[in-house]
Amino acid sequence: MAHEHAAAHDDHHQAPTGLMRWIKTTNHKDIGTLYLIFSAVMFFVGGAMAMVIRAELFKPGMQFVDPSFFNSMTTVHALAMIFGAVMPAWVGLANWMIPLQIGAPDMALPRMNNFSFWILPFAFTLLLIGFFVPGGAPAGGWTLYPPLVLQGGDSLPMAIFAVHLMGASSIMGVINVIVTIMNMRAPGMTLLRMPLFVWTWLITAYLLIAVMPVLAGAVTMLLTDHFFGTSFFSAAGGGDPVMFQHIFWFFGHPEVYILILPAFGIVSEIIPTFSRKPLFGYEAMVYASASIAFLSFIVWAHHMFTVGMPLAGQMFFMLSTMLIAIPTGVKVFNWCATLWRGSLTFETPMLFALAFLFLFTCGGFSGLMLAIVPADFQYHDTYFVVAHFHYVLVPGAVFAIMAGVYYWMPKWTGHMYDEKLGKWHFWLSAIFVNVLFFPQHFLGLAGMPRRIPDYSTQFADWNMVSSLGAFGFGLSQLLFPYIIWKCVKGGAPAPARAWEGAHGLEWEVPSPAPHHTWDEAPSMAVIARGAEH
Amino acid sequence: MMRFAALRSENRRLALKLTGFAAGAFAFGFALVPLYEVLCEITGIGNPKSLARAAEARPDGLADTRTITLELIGNLPSVGNWEFRPVVNSMQVHPGQLYETFFIARNLTGQDTVAQAVPDVAPSKAVAWFHKTECFCFTPQSFRSNEERVLPVRFFVDKALPSHLDRLTLSYTFYDESTRVAAR
Repeated sequence: MAHEHAAAHDDHHQAPTGLMRWIKTTNHKDIGTLYLIFSAVMFFVGGAMAMVIRAELFKPGMQFVDPSFFNSMTTVHALAMIFGAVMPAWVGLANWMIPLQIGAPDMALPRMNNFSFWILPFAFTLLLIGFFVPGGAPAGGWTLYPPLVLQGGDSLPMAIFAVHLMGASSIMGVINVIVTIMNMRAPGMTLLRMPLFVWTWLITAYLLIAVMPVLAGAVTMLLTDHFFGTSFFSAAGGGDPVMFQHIFWFFGHPEVYILILPAFGIVSEIIPTFSRKPLFGYEAMVYASASIAFLSFIVWAHHMFTVGMPLAGQMFFMLSTMLIAIPTGVKVFNWCATLWRGSLTFETPMLFALAFLFLFTCGGFSGLMLAIVPADFQYHDTYFVVAHFHYVLVPGAVFAIMAGVYYWMPKWTGHMYDEKLGKWHFWLSAIFVNVLFFPQHFLGLAGMPRRIPDYSTQFADWNMVSSLGAFGFGLSQLLFPYIIWKCVKGGAPAPARAWEGAHGLEWEVPSPAPHHTWDEAPSMAVIARGAEH
Repeated sequence: MMRFAALRSENRRLALKLTGFAAGAFAFGFALVPLYEVLCEITGIGNPKSLARAAEARPDGLADTRTITLELIGNLPSVGNWEFRPVVNSMQVHPGQLYETFFIARNLTGQDTVAQAVPDVAPSKAVAWFHKTECFCFTPQSFRSNEERVLPVRFFVDKALPSHLDRLTLSYTFYDESTRVAAR
């Protein structure tokens, strides 16, 4: 079989060792690991900032930090989590799993793969040393709205170049993903046989390549407005600050689907595995993902209903936003139908996937509420918005990443992780994430604005609950690296097919996956067995 | 890797195409700037550039008998270093008739400077029917330190103004060089 050959090949391959192995590597598994480690580091950096935010908001009044630093915390927390934690985690999982899942020996452009990863540490160093320059780190919000963001200190150009570097890194990363998926599939791995994680990633990659350069353009305009006398967004020179919001959200809305589409893919693999049933409506899932991606380009202005817009515009953006509920509803329906009469077991990946299913849907519902123009005038820039997007991002994207990590960890390390600790991690996370974010709905409906370090006393109780949830959630995440470390060090040996209900080519290679896999394409029979959906 | 050696050039070709796609997306970001102005014009929000240009239309024939209330507002981006206000706060105008009014600006910045007024008309729907034939907002204005000037604006309201609009606001924001973000 192919993997025996691959294992033999591994033995006589002279790979550099030590640090240089990681710096010079062009191996998709090594680079995937690097991305995942980087993502975990940024998850804790951004998480520490969230702890500062919640500590300051624990009770009314100014406690620990000054308002400007507080604003830096909210700004850099968002940038670190979006561009540092979630996106690199997806690219890392794509690097690890896509070649394995489509029967390719590596990514299509291995050297560019190495380059696109190693840009990231520099980008985030540039962003984070903003804390140590005069004026402090950017504090105008992650949306970088002018003119506020232009009033920051010396860190502004650093943050803009950091965004440029992150953009360059992710564009290179996704070019690699597209070329790999389009050109490197094993013979017989037709597009409609690909696992859904590969499908959703392909769609994500196209979204990213279309909008990330638009963000680069927008921040470049900020830069020239500030330093070179242009007036793109300066009313004094005939520009318009509202235009920045349009350009930013033309990027920003597809961006939120970039963060969530691969999650749909992962959940679409985990739920069938632990239901021991094929995914219900595979093709409908593919088309629903593509529809969501298409719609994401025509809904951006729902982020800015309150800036002033013709009635026809408000109606268009409200209705097109609500339209997204249809393909999303198809997906939720299909996941539920997959569970229906399945032989369910509740290992950690399945628990995270089920929590995703329920809590992401909750986040989707509050999104529908925000889509309604007259209601949005009330909710805009309140904690209701904060609750909404954290529901889709934390128990949405982050839980799906954790589900994916637990699901594939046996394949990466060759060991089963500690199931008991995994369950502890899940239950603590699932409980605390709700204690943390659910009360923020109430705060928002009661009128508490977002991005403020101090608040009126009627908001005190739910803020305290939310902060307690945050500390609990933050502490329980410390279990995650410990569980991974323990699994790398040892544990029950994992068979090639680590989960009895798992399908797909990644389960046809041994665990741990050898350094080189699929040097010889999998046979048609193996592909057909993997593609039983 | 052997079976993929033939793919190398194909991979490179697709990667180049995608790089071109990304470059196109970058250019599209900048293309959104003129596109935005066109859209503002079409949707009636008004193009700031057209608001700051002399109208080519002139009043023709008799003025309407209906009366529109025009409110005048002078804004400053920051307090203390300028004085800027309309001579009258509100006027009763007939569509189709040419009017003249004045704003007063005084430079308190303590130095010679150049200032530019940026006009706006509310409600934004009315922009298409509000014509300025002459305005201090069309060009930058030089001020010596402590100089006070009376600045004229000549305008008329189009007779085609929809009948449900009976109250318009003409506002100016007066920026000087030092309030330009770029110069900070």
